[in-house]
Amino acid sequence: MIQYKTIALIITTGILAVLPQFLNPYWVDVLNNIGIYAILGLSLNIIVGHTGLFNLGHASFFAVGAYTAAILNTQYEIPVLWLIPVCGLSAGLFALIVARPIIHLRGDYLCIVTIGVNEIVRIALINNVFGLTGGSNGIFGIDRPNVFGMTLRTPMEFYYLILAFGAVTIFLFRQLEYSRFGRALNYLREDETAAQGSGINTAHYKLAAFVVGAVWAGMVGNIYAAKMTIISPESFTFWESVIIFVIVILGGSGSIPGVILGAVLVVGLPELFRDLANARMLVFGAAMVGMMIFRTQGLLPQRPRKYTLPQGRRNGEGGE
Amino acid sequence: MKLLSVSRLTKSFGGLTAVNSVSFDVQPDTVVGLIGPNGAGKTTVFNLITGIYRADQGEILFKDQSIVNFPTHRIISQGIARTFQTIRLFQNLSALENVLAGCHSQMKSGVLGSLFHTPRQRREEKMALEEAMEALAFVGLDSNALQMARNLSYGKQRLLEIARALATKPSLIILDEPAGGMNEHETWQLVALIGKMKERGITVLLIEHDMSLVMRVCENIVVLEYGSKIAEGPPQEIKTDPRVIQAYLGVEEDD
Repeated sequence: MIQYKTIALIITTGILAVLPQFLNPYWVDVLNNIGIYAILGLSLNIIVGHTGLFNLGHASFFAVGAYTAAILNTQYEIPVLWLIPVCGLSAGLFALIVARPIIHLRGDYLCIVTIGVNEIVRIALINNVFGLTGGSNGIFGIDRPNVFGMTLRTPMEFYYLILAFGAVTIFLFRQLEYSRFGRALNYLREDETAAQGSGINTAHYKLAAFVVGAVWAGMVGNIYAAKMTIISPESFTFWESVIIFVIVILGGSGSIPGVILGAVLVVGLPELFRDLANARMLVFGAAMVGMMIFRTQGLLPQRPRKYTLPQGRRNGEGGE
Repeated sequence: MKLLSVSRLTKSFGGLTAVNSVSFDVQPDTVVGLIGPNGAGKTTVFNLITGIYRADQGEILFKDQSIVNFPTHRIISQGIARTFQTIRLFQNLSALENVLAGCHSQMKSGVLGSLFHTPRQRREEKMALEEAMEALAFVGLDSNALQMARNLSYGKQRLLEIARALATKPSLIILDEPAGGMNEHETWQLVALIGKMKERGITVLLIEHDMSLVMRVCENIVVLEYGSKIAEGPPQEIKTDPRVIQAYLGVEEDD
């Protein structure tokens, strides 16, 4: 079983590593978009999937990261990839400040406030807040990133950057799932009162989920800014938040493979069916309605964690 | 030395005084029962002790320290654990993970330790796993460790809640109708389990409707009616107390 998994992992990595060599730059760029949305989906998955907090304003955290990168790079000429931790921190700090007063809100109320936050951020960016964000034109002239002396220009070069960042994300988030922190988020989602009654500081973990999700979205924002070299408020609308949200729900809340599949379908399929023009959105919408009726848990739902029980206690599956 | 001391505890919901100036003490290493007719305010008292509701008035001392209106998670980490009247398990998680929730307050690793699985985090995780298995074994559910909580029988779900509470390493455990929905055999096991907890030095405070169980296991009984304490004492006294009989059976009408 373990060997089978290792082989599957090696094959997948191999395919992903050589894939862009067989595709034209347009399709490689589609893959890059899928990758960016997949990582954004994974970051939102911490908040929505694992903790069960409805956040329809995730694009605002993404925006804070992207604008941090753009401003610091264009004003102070700090190499853009060096700014990844700074972007993560600024988005995390933003989430901390924004989420602190609203974290006690339940379900739909929290959801509405996050929509409001998203709009505030977008409108603030359009209004050229602090004279730094460039208004509705956004910021252009962000430097191309440099990795070990090589400047990344082509979609293929970015593909490997995004792939590497995605791999690190998947690895760390899987570790997080199998930890005290990851479990605490799930307890909260399952039953908040019971979680409190088991000794879990629920307010703390809700906030921490928001911050971790935002830190990651902020770091993706950096990569996005580096890839586009120009960013504008248009890229961080409520609709972007909806897409990231749909990726998580459609793919499977709380499931890493599910979210990745969700990104492939939500971002990739519309590209495949571009010939169908507007009809594709109709098909897309209908598919989503169908999903929510027939498979509410998503395409690849979260699987139970596996534990190796301590020696001397063999039978886990027995009983009943 | 009192383990828990509740004094003049009061809580109203709107116009209804659910708990009215209730005082009682829990001595260490005893089993104390809280009984009373439906709606007497027993669960409300439990929710006040564990910080789920905020008290309007009154004081709660645990190990001589005030815990009144502390947030629940802090009260739990001070050494009070509880189960719920309506089973509140994490239904979609395994029995083991339910118990690991109880281990949470005994562990320390934070976000970074959890992301990077530092050596300390790994050690702690291993310890927690062992302790969780030990708590499951204590209630006799170790062979069900990897089953989903929702797939367990009703009686086993009750036991699992107790295991989760025990994993917080409490010195006082508060059981809200632990025998509710249990068959006779399971109730017998529960009585044995309460005895085992006592042997371990865990003090038990319980609400229960099954009078034979209460009379069998409790050393001291507190009786509530309409939010007020009407009697307190050992089972023999409570059995014969006219006010308690009145509360349960109603008043005999005189002609």
